[in-house]
Amino acid sequence: VGLLTDQEEAPAPSPAGVVTRRDLFLGFARIGLSGFGGVMPWARRALVEERRWLTSEEFASLLGLCQFLPGPNVINLSICVGRRFAGVSGALAASLGLVLGPLCIVLLLGALYERYGELPLIKAVLRGISAVGAGLIIALGVRMALDLRRRPVLSLFAVAMVIAIGFLRWPMALVMAVLTPLSILTAARHGR
Amino acid sequence: MNIIAELVVQFCILSLLAFGGINALLPEIHRITVESHHWMNDTTFAQLFAMAQAAPGPNFLIVTLVGWHVAGLAGALAATLAICAPSSLLVFVFTHYWEKAGDAPWRYAVQLGVTPLAVGLVLSSGWLISLSANENWRAFALTGATVLIVLSGRVHPLWLIGAGALLGLAGVV
Repeated sequence: VGLLTDQEEAPAPSPAGVVTRRDLFLGFARIGLSGFGGVMPWARRALVEERRWLTSEEFASLLGLCQFLPGPNVINLSICVGRRFAGVSGALAASLGLVLGPLCIVLLLGALYERYGELPLIKAVLRGISAVGAGLIIALGVRMALDLRRRPVLSLFAVAMVIAIGFLRWPMALVMAVLTPLSILTAARHGR
Repeated sequence: MNIIAELVVQFCILSLLAFGGINALLPEIHRITVESHHWMNDTTFAQLFAMAQAAPGPNFLIVTLVGWHVAGLAGALAATLAICAPSSLLVFVFTHYWEKAGDAPWRYAVQLGVTPLAVGLVLSSGWLISLSANENWRAFALTGATVLIVLSGRVHPLWLIGAGALLGLAGVV
């Protein structure tokens, strides 16, 4: 039913047609709930291919912005897209739509875990999943690192970060306060 | 300090430091919850991480699970809001200047400059999560195999998570 109403309200097939707060809420709710194993690919499919709220180029540029700004990337994306179509209330509608469904599921999981987390069966399943999850994150890091391969000077900051955070276990706020300005200055000098 | 207030303060700070998304924050969340405050042990941390990975939706919901474990429902909601609100506010305001900046050189330098920091954070996350989660060499082998399979780029992550669950169930890792 929601989908039919969407089409009635926004029949324009062109990007950046009329998108209401309700569309934003429902659209992002669907993205959040279909996002198994990472939400971004689903976001692209829904926003660019299905609903055509953004062109492929617009999506790429927003994604770049949302990935480099701090915070959960996909929340950032919902804020940017919501803001573009309906300002503050649009940003709220999109981000709430994205989060509410998955939040309820996770709360349920949390409750089940507090009750049954000690069962050997549950522990065994979670052990397997966390080993894979660690691999997914390392693979993501390796992919990101490949983008830096032609920038040896900047890569040194990645190495410094791994040593400070991964091995020395220094507090992140402190490390970031020192390395962020240095890295941006270096990028400004050696960047192009 | 009240434990929920402590959670909120810590996660608000982390929200603004999360270059590279929530995956980049895992080492710091681990440092705060396991090493500094002893709110949970290594195994629990790894289990909460696994649940957040397996559930649908954004992976940052590990923060909700941490809040839940530390301070119940109120803790879960407070932690979730704390990790989202500061960065969302920043993004909302910053997008305006970003669009106005066009091709200004500072825009390029900032974007390029934070990239290696994000790379370092995400790699540290993967490394530390493997250390907390993996109890034997077979588990490390599963982590390594996952990396190779993902980089070869032919399998959806959900299948790998399912395979991990089965291997765990079978007592392999």
